[in-house]
Amino acid sequence: MIRVEHVVARYGEVLALDDVSLSIRPGLVTGLVGMNGSGKSTLFKTLMGLVKPERGRVLRGPGSIGYVPQSEHVDWAFPVSVRDVVMMGRYGSLGLTRRPRAADHRAVADALARVELTDHAERQIGQLSGGQRKRTFVARGIAQDARILLLDEPFAGVDKRSEATIVRLLRELAADGRTVLVSTHDLHALPRLADDVVLLLRRVLFHGPVDEALRPENLARAFGLDVFEGVA
Amino acid sequence: MRVIIEPLQYDFMVRALVTTVIAAVVCALLSCWLVLVGWSLMGDAVSHAVLPGVVIAYVVGAPFAVGALVFGFLAVALIGAIRNTSRVKEDAAIGIVFTSLFALGLVLISVTPSQTDLNHIIFGNILGVSGTDLAQICVLAAGAFAVLVLKRRDFTLYAFDPTHALVIGLRPRLLGGLLLAILALTAVVALQVVGVILVVAMLIIPGATAYLLTDRFGRMLLIAPTLAATTSVLGIYLSYWLDAASGGLVVVVQGALFTAVYLLSPRHGLLGRARRRQLVNA
Repeated sequence: MIRVEHVVARYGEVLALDDVSLSIRPGLVTGLVGMNGSGKSTLFKTLMGLVKPERGRVLRGPGSIGYVPQSEHVDWAFPVSVRDVVMMGRYGSLGLTRRPRAADHRAVADALARVELTDHAERQIGQLSGGQRKRTFVARGIAQDARILLLDEPFAGVDKRSEATIVRLLRELAADGRTVLVSTHDLHALPRLADDVVLLLRRVLFHGPVDEALRPENLARAFGLDVFEGVA
Repeated sequence: MRVIIEPLQYDFMVRALVTTVIAAVVCALLSCWLVLVGWSLMGDAVSHAVLPGVVIAYVVGAPFAVGALVFGFLAVALIGAIRNTSRVKEDAAIGIVFTSLFALGLVLISVTPSQTDLNHIIFGNILGVSGTDLAQICVLAAGAFAVLVLKRRDFTLYAFDPTHALVIGLRPRLLGGLLLAILALTAVVALQVVGVILVVAMLIIPGATAYLLTDRFGRMLLIAPTLAATTSVLGIYLSYWLDAASGGLVVVVQGALFTAVYLLSPRHGLLGRARRRQLVNA
């Protein structure tokens, strides 16, 4: 569960979020849709505590946040394996030196199996395909037992088959009772991915079921006209 | 055998070897993170900026480490302040701050009596390391080494994904600050060996070399110190037999080894890459 109450936040000088109020329910996949500069990233940063809201507040249920970053924000040449990255999900509950215990190794193995990366566990992360890279970070969230999962543009640079795998995975994770929030501008994937959609343009323009969100009059307000012909 | 044994008859040579290996190992360990965080320039800056701190500490009779810490953090704070409160970009801010502080150090040295000691800080004086120096270096190096090894997983997470570190309740700013403090302490250790100017080489080359040899961070942490220790011993022996600058030779050997790895590394060297391209095209 995430509740955002009257949040005003700036990104540098720019007003990025203007009186945003939202209640995002667990058990569903919620799509966060808006064009570049609509405040999606700032909203994520506010939820994670990276940006302090100027006004308003963010409330969340118990449990930690699992974050799947945008691809361009990850150093894919970093000398870590898939297993290393997933293990980083456990650090919050480990001792001073973060030495993993047997239970942590099991949790990591389970998470890897869940995202079907067991056979790739020892690979350096740069040697993975786009979809496998995303699943690595989703597995980190699973190993962390995050109750809230935030995914920032998870379908950029991901082929159709991997996209379907990730969508299925996110739906399963939501069905476990997690809160799943996915920012995307890929409207084609939206009906399969999300139950609910938030249309954002510095303010919340719409929050409701996906089929309603995709009506032309709603998208028109979020994107301006012409951008999404033939989608709805 | 004579090549190896003869230099060891001199106490100053033994001390030089021990000091250099200790400094090189700690620097090499730290360099693994500096290379990955992208802090090479910061390493350069901090290692130069500690100079006035060391001189002032010498004048007032405080431990060098204290002065170095104060000026190391001062440098980082000034760089951040200039970057955040003006249109000057970070690389320029680094250039301004560290050269100014380094220059201040040079001025302080020139007005401080007993200049000879302090000039060694700039160029290093491995062969003149005293028993007291060695003791101080050991304490600092052991402290830095222990923190780096115990908190290695946190530092690696900090280098890889500070946002994740924050959301799971670690404190990335604190980790960054700790890494900077170790950088300042390590600079003190190394500057007595190779001098302020060459410290940055020991803080970058071993980590960068190891990075070209492996895709595992854990292995980098073993490879970098091993290479650094080996090249240090080699450099010191060469300096004995060639009668040439020891600090300089240690760094020259490290640079030569980096070049060899850059060319020949099976994984990430030029030759390895070319061969893989050939296999793909064939």
